[in-house]
Amino acid sequence: MRTPPIGVTAYGVYLPIWRLQRKDIGAALGSGGGHGSRSAAADDEDSTSMGVEAGRAALGRAGRASGIVFATATAAYADKSNAAIVHAALGLDRSVSAYDFVGASRSGVGAIVAAADAGAAGRPTLAVLSDVRTGMPSSADEREGGDGAAALLFGTGDDVVAALIGHGSASAEFLDRWRIPGESSSKLWEERFAEGAYLELAKEAVDGALKAAGLTMADIDRVAVGGLHRRAVKAFAKSLSREAAAHSVDPQAPFLLVDDLSDTIGATGTAQPGILLATALDEAAPEETILIVNLADGADALVFEATASLPAFRENRTAKSVSEQVTGGRTVDYQRYLTWRGYLRREAPRRPDPDRPAAPPSARNADWKFGLAASRCRSCGTRHMPAIRVCRHCHSVDQMDRERVADERGTIATYQADLLAYTLSPPLIGAAVNFAGGGRLMCEVTDADASTLKIGDEVEMTFRRLYTTGDGVHNYFWKARPVGRATDADKEA
Amino acid sequence: MATHGIRDKVAIVGMGCTPFGEHWSKSAEDLLVDANTEALASAGLAQADIDAYWLGTMGSGYSGQLLSRTLKLDYKPVTRVENFCATGSEAFRNACYAVASGAVDVAMAIGVEKLKDSGYSGLVSTPPPHDGTAVAITTPAAFGLLAPAYAKMAGLDDDTLKEVITRIAWKNHYNGARNPRAQFRKELSMEAIRNSPKVSGMLGVLDCSGVSDGSAAAIIVRAEDAYQYTDKPIFVKALSMVAGPGDGPMDPTFDYTSIREVVKCADAAYAEAGVRNPREEIAMAEVHDCFTPTELVLMEDLGFSEKGEAWRDVMDGAFDLDGALPVNPDGGLKSFGHPIGASGLRMLFECWLQLRQQAPPERQVQSIVTGERKLGLTHNLGGRPGDCVSFISVVGAEPAS
Repeated sequence: MRTPPIGVTAYGVYLPIWRLQRKDIGAALGSGGGHGSRSAAADDEDSTSMGVEAGRAALGRAGRASGIVFATATAAYADKSNAAIVHAALGLDRSVSAYDFVGASRSGVGAIVAAADAGAAGRPTLAVLSDVRTGMPSSADEREGGDGAAALLFGTGDDVVAALIGHGSASAEFLDRWRIPGESSSKLWEERFAEGAYLELAKEAVDGALKAAGLTMADIDRVAVGGLHRRAVKAFAKSLSREAAAHSVDPQAPFLLVDDLSDTIGATGTAQPGILLATALDEAAPEETILIVNLADGADALVFEATASLPAFRENRTAKSVSEQVTGGRTVDYQRYLTWRGYLRREAPRRPDPDRPAAPPSARNADWKFGLAASRCRSCGTRHMPAIRVCRHCHSVDQMDRERVADERGTIATYQADLLAYTLSPPLIGAAVNFAGGGRLMCEVTDADASTLKIGDEVEMTFRRLYTTGDGVHNYFWKARPVGRATDADKEA
Repeated sequence: MATHGIRDKVAIVGMGCTPFGEHWSKSAEDLLVDANTEALASAGLAQADIDAYWLGTMGSGYSGQLLSRTLKLDYKPVTRVENFCATGSEAFRNACYAVASGAVDVAMAIGVEKLKDSGYSGLVSTPPPHDGTAVAITTPAAFGLLAPAYAKMAGLDDDTLKEVITRIAWKNHYNGARNPRAQFRKELSMEAIRNSPKVSGMLGVLDCSGVSDGSAAAIIVRAEDAYQYTDKPIFVKALSMVAGPGDGPMDPTFDYTSIREVVKCADAAYAEAGVRNPREEIAMAEVHDCFTPTELVLMEDLGFSEKGEAWRDVMDGAFDLDGALPVNPDGGLKSFGHPIGASGLRMLFECWLQLRQQAPPERQVQSIVTGERKLGLTHNLGGRPGDCVSFISVVGAEPAS
């Protein structure tokens, strides 16, 4: 009798809509540049908000988890839990644990393994991997990095869409890249030094994973290699290819190399192993085997086997596939990108800085602020945003049920592009959004082009960081985003 | 339970109003002294003759002591009131009720705001601690929401609506150019208004009222005592105030083409004053033209125009100085700027001048001179469309008949 599979039961990816064209860096600075693009988190996004979006994509409407683990190398908060914010925004039950894996880009695989272990032990756990990759203007990191998030729910049983059948790991201490907390970019040792170390470690990890899975390279259908050391990543993918070809029936195409998205999105650090697995699962047929290798201060290799449940999961999900998101980008000009990243400080509007959200009201209203849960009157059915106690229609008091609105769509009733309001990305668009399920929300519109927005446009809700106060409090809340994301990659922001 | 008005029970016997503008050399206290001194002089009263004070200010000071400390009052009651941009009107309303109740013989309503000292453009306020989820659009954008919604309702294209609101600004600046107390005293060309730098949506800088400092005051007595103080008192015909439930931002049926609070407030005011047809009975109106689309929508909400027709009346000049119903003959918020605590009383000051026929001839309302019409109206709005307070007063030069 076969033991029930343990592995991924749901997954989702979030890629920001914005793309920085690498040639624009070269044009602006006379250096750097290159071909292709990288993804860029907007000024209202960070690793936490992107993690929420990926988590929503994975969990869908009725998602269940006993725990979440949130991994990032670019944490929005230290000391304070970022996982707790993801937990609140996903509307999870209070009994669901939420832990951070913060600091190193290797935390991504760490979170996957921890979630898999918990899932195997009967506690379905969501691993949320998210990163905003920065770099000094004109640096290789700026050019080759990318921003994004992935979320993988691990559990056991018939829901498993990709069984985790092997894991190998090789750890070693050496100085490859480093960043003192608070700095906005990493420093790198001379590239060739770490390359040799990575190739050796990665081989050990892959050998371990294959052995655990009872497979050889010739049995592997899809391979993805990720990591921030781009030279080692390329070299190792090539060496795997050689090894597989030696034993494969088709030496010309020993396995399918999963696009590591370096031409379009860039290397997404902590998030990359999750994004690569999702990319593979978006295409894989049942029984295909997938090898994910990640190089980061050591190496990890994971072997998955797609199950018969995978096609049905893909058909039923409402979230966009990786390739749909990759092709749905819009160009942000380099100056605006630098402003978002804080590398180009511009004159602030002649308005007071936004004041900080206070802790007690934020906590009292957490279901609203983070979970976007409205109140619906039990007596007359009227829905209120924000949630209130006295019905505006029938005036009943305390006859309210909480109701999450985050996953519903709305339409724009009226809007204004505000050029005076405080924002790093003017204009700030404010709109009244009406929901088919009842109620209206006044909120910001993001990822939108003010000149083409219209009354009646359909929007969906997205969790964002509205601003960060002078004393470092991030103000998170929900914004509306046009549903038909632009596909014209050449369109200027 | 019902509300009872105080029609013809109280009268205004003295008023003062400082010039509004950039008073770099004056503090809020200085402005209060100036408005108080002028008001007392106009009624022939001394400070000791005032029994109680209502002070309107949003952020230029706290408690009644801003006034008592400044004027060195001799242990008199001073109530500080605040109701957003209707703060000055609220001070007036409460002072009137105190006198009507018989509790005091002579009351002063005085309002002040010092906005220029902040160094910011637009209004600045410090909200209480909050959860950070309210949409952060500025006031011009909040009122700008009226523009696309009105255009859709009235079947206008954006260019036509832009012409309409441009004409409103043009008219108010034309009037303000004839007012020595106004901050902006230059006529502006339609072109300059139309092409002013964009602030929000189709609104340019010149679609917005300015930021200024100022103070204004009114002295209120019982109607029957009024002629002891002046031979031209102004009688209060109606005071109406509505605080809305803030439905607009959460009610999908609210369409941003009308301000419900104003409609309710106007109904109550006209009932109290006995006005049946405001378009034909009101001689002049000072309305809350914080932004040009606001004045447009107000013309319908105040019953001066039919629904969807105000834009036509504006273009026909119905609300011009020489039109059927002059609106903002003093230049309005557009020419004066908007020191919150003072604006409502500044509006009343123009009624005071006009109904006593003391406005300069170049802006005196003709229907008052001919005796054809006898009522002035002030409309003061605080908050944002869909979520606001509204105040209306109707005043007249004649006592109860």
